[in-house]
Amino acid sequence: MTDQPFIQFRNVFKAFGAKTVLNGVDLSIYKGEVTTIIGKSGGGKSVLLKHIIGLAVPDSGMMLFEGRPFSEMKRAEKKTMKRKFSYMFQGTALFDSMTVFENIALPLVERTSLQKAEIRKQVEEQMEQLDLREINDKYPSQLSGGMQKRVALARALVTRPEIVLFDEPTTGLDPIRKNAVHNMISDYQKKFGFTGVVVSHEIPDVLHISQRVAMLNEGQILFEGSPEELRNTSDPLVQSFLKGSQLTVDG
Amino acid sequence: MSQIAVMKNPLSALGRRSISMIQEMGRIAIFFYRGFVHMFSLPLQISKIVQQIHFIGMKSVFVIVLTGASTGMVLGLQGYYTLVKFGSEGLLGAAVALTLIREMGPVMSAIMVTARAGSAIAAEIGIMRISEQIDALETMDINPMRFLVGPRLAASLISFPLLTAIFDMVGIFGGYLTGSVLLGINPGIYFNRIETSVEMVDITGGFVKSLLFAAIVAIICCFQGYYTHTRSQGFGARGVSLSTTSAVVISCVLILVTDYVITSFLL
Repeated sequence: MTDQPFIQFRNVFKAFGAKTVLNGVDLSIYKGEVTTIIGKSGGGKSVLLKHIIGLAVPDSGMMLFEGRPFSEMKRAEKKTMKRKFSYMFQGTALFDSMTVFENIALPLVERTSLQKAEIRKQVEEQMEQLDLREINDKYPSQLSGGMQKRVALARALVTRPEIVLFDEPTTGLDPIRKNAVHNMISDYQKKFGFTGVVVSHEIPDVLHISQRVAMLNEGQILFEGSPEELRNTSDPLVQSFLKGSQLTVDG
Repeated sequence: MSQIAVMKNPLSALGRRSISMIQEMGRIAIFFYRGFVHMFSLPLQISKIVQQIHFIGMKSVFVIVLTGASTGMVLGLQGYYTLVKFGSEGLLGAAVALTLIREMGPVMSAIMVTARAGSAIAAEIGIMRISEQIDALETMDINPMRFLVGPRLAASLISFPLLTAIFDMVGIFGGYLTGSVLLGINPGIYFNRIETSVEMVDITGGFVKSLLFAAIVAIICCFQGYYTHTRSQGFGARGVSLSTTSAVVISCVLILVTDYVITSFLL
């Protein structure tokens, strides 16, 4: 772990109308690590992720990339930074009027000058690794939910990004495929050394692939540390969340 | 005091409405500017533009031929029975051709393409917005304005004048069918009148109108779909349906209003 966080949230606030979603978030994400964000459903985890990729902008507070405030970066710098990112949406966000192959190939077609044959090779290689066979010409609506997830994953990884943001990558998958996706994130992370940020409810499975865990509660980071530290923390709210039990009024 | 409050509220409501309309117009202008710039941003998206020409232009040919023929035939009938009262039925060719080339061709074809392709554009982009597909483009660093709006605007600017030309031509033959074949005007006189009365300025005027209508339809329909998620009256599928309705209504109203403004300048 390096001292300088790769991505840093400093006192970030975000509200939608009267609802405050992020209420002074301080969070550090380090290069080359998988950081998992856990927390209650509807607690703002996806919003947190969208701040990293620029789909949401903080109402106040600061986002820093490699120590530099994002708001102070020049346009070209922002573009270069953005190209390092990849995002896997919770609802897959696949292009429903394009085939599976076209979906996965799109970032390569639009952003690179690779030849068609090379694009085909890379896409098919990616599909093979994710166990996606003989569905090249199918449309997303013709696939099961789990398969759509894997197509979205393939699209997110095909550009070999430096930072990959996973918004609940295993929701809706069977236990075997869920483990396969976790293993794949872990393997890819080791192989390519990308920085991963995973929003997930799959506790404790997801902890096995994470180097850091952050728990978001009531719009603030309640816990930040290693999975080991998470397991050993005495914070009753964290423990209650890990055990899946509701904390009573008197604790 | 209460009377003042009553007086004040409608005024402030009117003010709010006016400001929001001006803001909306500003947003549409910026949207047009960005769409226009991305028509030419490199590398040129030739294959996407061709796809859109197929969708907006090619697939509209049938409906344009149908409406063009009907309009021309009706003009032939109405024109004949009006002109015959003055013994000027020989002028039918000129009346039909000028009405079509100057007005009916650009306006009717723009309205028909709005109904057929404009609504589809608004719905498609609207669904892409609510299902986060446009967000997905942004996360991939693919500019959605370039990817979605640029090709549709370019395709509309190419297709509309061509569709208008088809509409005019079919309409003139429709007028010939009713005027000459049905009602007995000498075909030579019908076509000769067209040749002598239609000038290049009429055709240029119609061409300019069709270009303007193309920009209006493409931008309004893309804009309504693109900002579906910002509608306050409806979300999800309802938001898309409202956007589609707005796209068609606003496009048609703007086509007619712009037509009047342009005509008053051209004449």
